Amino acid sequence: MALAKLKQDATLARLAGITLPEGATWATAARSDALARLSAMGLPTRRDEYWRYTDPASLIVADAPPAALFDNGEAPLFAGVDRIALVFVDGVFDAAQSDDLAGAGIEIHRLADVAQRDIHWAKDLYGTLESRGQHPVERPLAALNTAIASDGIVIRATAKVQKPVHLVYLHQSETSDVTLHNLVRIEAGASLTLLETGPGAARLSTCLEVDIADAGQFHHIRAQGSDHERRAVTHCFAQLAAESVFKSFTLTFNGVLTRNECVIDMRGDDAVAHVAGACVGDGGDFHHDDTVFVTHDALRGESRQVFKKVLRNGAVGVFQGKILVKQGAQKTDGYQISQSLLLDDDSQFLAKPELEIYADDVACSHGSTTGAIDETALFYLRSRGVPMEAARNLLTLSFLAEALAEIEDQALAEELQTRLEGWLARRA
Amino acid sequence: MLEINNLHAELETDADVTILKGLTLSIKPGEVHAIMGPNGSGKSTLSYVLSGKDGYSVTAGSAMLEGVDLLEMEPEERAAAGLFLAFQYPVEIPGVGNMTFLRTAVNAQRKARGEEELSAGDFLKEVRAKAKDLQIDADMLKRPVNVGFSGGEKKRNEILQMAMLEPKMCILDETDSGLDVDAMKLVADGVNALRSENRSFLVITHYQRLLDHIKPDFVHILADGKIIKSGGPELALEVENNGYADILAGAA
Ligand SMILES: Nc1ncnc2c1ncn2[C@@H]1O[C@H](COP(=O)(O)OP(=O)(O)OP(=O)(O)O)[C@@H](O)[C@H]1O
Ligand SMILES: [Mg+2]
Repeated sequence: MALAKLKQDATLARLAGITLPEGATWATAARSDALARLSAMGLPTRRDEYWRYTDPASLIVADAPPAALFDNGEAPLFAGVDRIALVFVDGVFDAAQSDDLAGAGIEIHRLADVAQRDIHWAKDLYGTLESRGQHPVERPLAALNTAIASDGIVIRATAKVQKPVHLVYLHQSETSDVTLHNLVRIEAGASLTLLETGPGAARLSTCLEVDIADAGQFHHIRAQGSDHERRAVTHCFAQLAAESVFKSFTLTFNGVLTRNECVIDMRGDDAVAHVAGACVGDGGDFHHDDTVFVTHDALRGESRQVFKKVLRNGAVGVFQGKILVKQGAQKTDGYQISQSLLLDDDSQFLAKPELEIYADDVACSHGSTTGAIDETALFYLRSRGVPMEAARNLLTLSFLAEALAEIEDQALAEELQTRLEGWLARRA
Repeated sequence: MLEINNLHAELETDADVTILKGLTLSIKPGEVHAIMGPNGSGKSTLSYVLSGKDGYSVTAGSAMLEGVDLLEMEPEERAAAGLFLAFQYPVEIPGVGNMTFLRTAVNAQRKARGEEELSAGDFLKEVRAKAKDLQIDADMLKRPVNVGFSGGEKKRNEILQMAMLEPKMCILDETDSGLDVDAMKLVADGVNALRSENRSFLVITHYQRLLDHIKPDFVHILADGKIIKSGGPELALEVENNGYADILAGAA
């Protein structure tokens, strides 16, 4: 189908300013392919079905809107965890602040380095899941990421890796515009926990491709940083082989615009995929969008989507979640819940839950709710002496608890819980 | 302790519905008063108005706790001042653990009164001992507040909260409903253990049986928003035997 003229012109104009990262390597071919994909589909506009609730304009404009730096005085997240920390400052890898790119049962490189070398598993993965994830719904900003990302982290787990890898995204320049592309390959029976924290830039685009072999496990916990004016578009593409496990949780505070897309392809039998998110937004500038697509293409797959949003003072939350069960994916167990707690009448939650099922022996359910604080519970707490603000906060945290419960590691979950308490206290 | 004088209250949303129509009641320190009365006569409304629930407007009269105007205070301030209501229908709060809830409440009240907060260890010790008396097991303490509790378990949980908060003025709204015979005994023992010369009780009930266990000093009959008759424990027996017809006819 031919692109609308306007869209094509806009896309060409935007791409004209882009130079792909240099060097005659395998990466150059992958980037050109991505650019070609992007040119064919065009950059998104609000007319596109999956951008109706979120305006992509500020994610696309050539000059990223600046974002003031913000220090809430809290210590860096997960600093006490025994981990491999890899630090990017406004997209530039900071070797001095980072741990060695090494660990037991793990192979770690920078994308900037592997692009020059023939590391076949990285080469096979780069842009591959992203490209496959363009159907049936186009994700042009992911293709843009693949085309222009010059750095990121590339990880291969060959055993059960004990130490989490922590990607720390620091934001120190008000005008930074950053694109990072990360790859994770979990070999059969291996496992890895990946942590990602921080705003990373005034405008950050990350793309994560995760390939999990048989019985591999991948755990992903992310906190997107509390800078008020930051923008982010993130993509995660995961491919699951038999009996593998994928679990991802994202906590979002503040920021003017966040679009998190997660695309999961369950290709092997008996795989498990959980995607969860908790977001808290305050003010008319806050817009947070979770867009999830889970495809069941194998037997007995189990998938869960659990998303909770707390919105106040005109904040906007969006959830677009789909479960697609292909023909033959019998005994699929698919679950999806998206809920918002609106703390006032100005805030808004827009949800588009979808089920598309072509197998006859499956159990799939989805639900979406929007509600206010339960006045009866609020009075009950106050009648026991809990002050109004504390009672509201307790009920707000209890609303988010179901999403946080998706995090398996108790210590990490508690650390995020403490951050939420801090956020609520700052806003009291 | 509690002085209620000529209290009038109507629905906030509908001024045509007046529920309390001139209620007067005086409870001295250490006393136990019982209120009985037909369904819909305003017993729960009285407990809500005293504890500060939204939805009611007081149009006349007063309610003072130890000389302080209750009606001017927020619900949490009333609690810190020593008022406690055991709800007729305790509220379920998914996602908030019973222990977290109890500790938050205990420490919030201590803080409001300028007292030191209870340490985690001391708190735990105290809850465990009191829960044991009420036969509330460790599992119930861990679960979200009242979620999945049976009717009787919810009522026992109310009494546990009361025991932890050590209020001065305790209002029990039909705490006996939904309790089996043994649980009623447990709850009554819990209440009696708290009886002291500095603590008063207002026990709302439909049945004489609870009053066999918690012996009241005074019994009042509330009908159509007013106390129409007061007496000693024998009044409860009269209601048990004859119903309200005679009393209502006598008051008319
Ligand atoms: N929020 C409300 N909205 C409408 N009507 C109300 C409300 N609260 C109380 N009422 C009415 O006020 C009257 C008194 O109710 P209340 O619950 O106080 O009675 P009660 O004496 O506790 O009855 P019961 O013995 O059945 O518990 C009833 O007719 C009730 O329907
Ligand atoms: Mg009642």
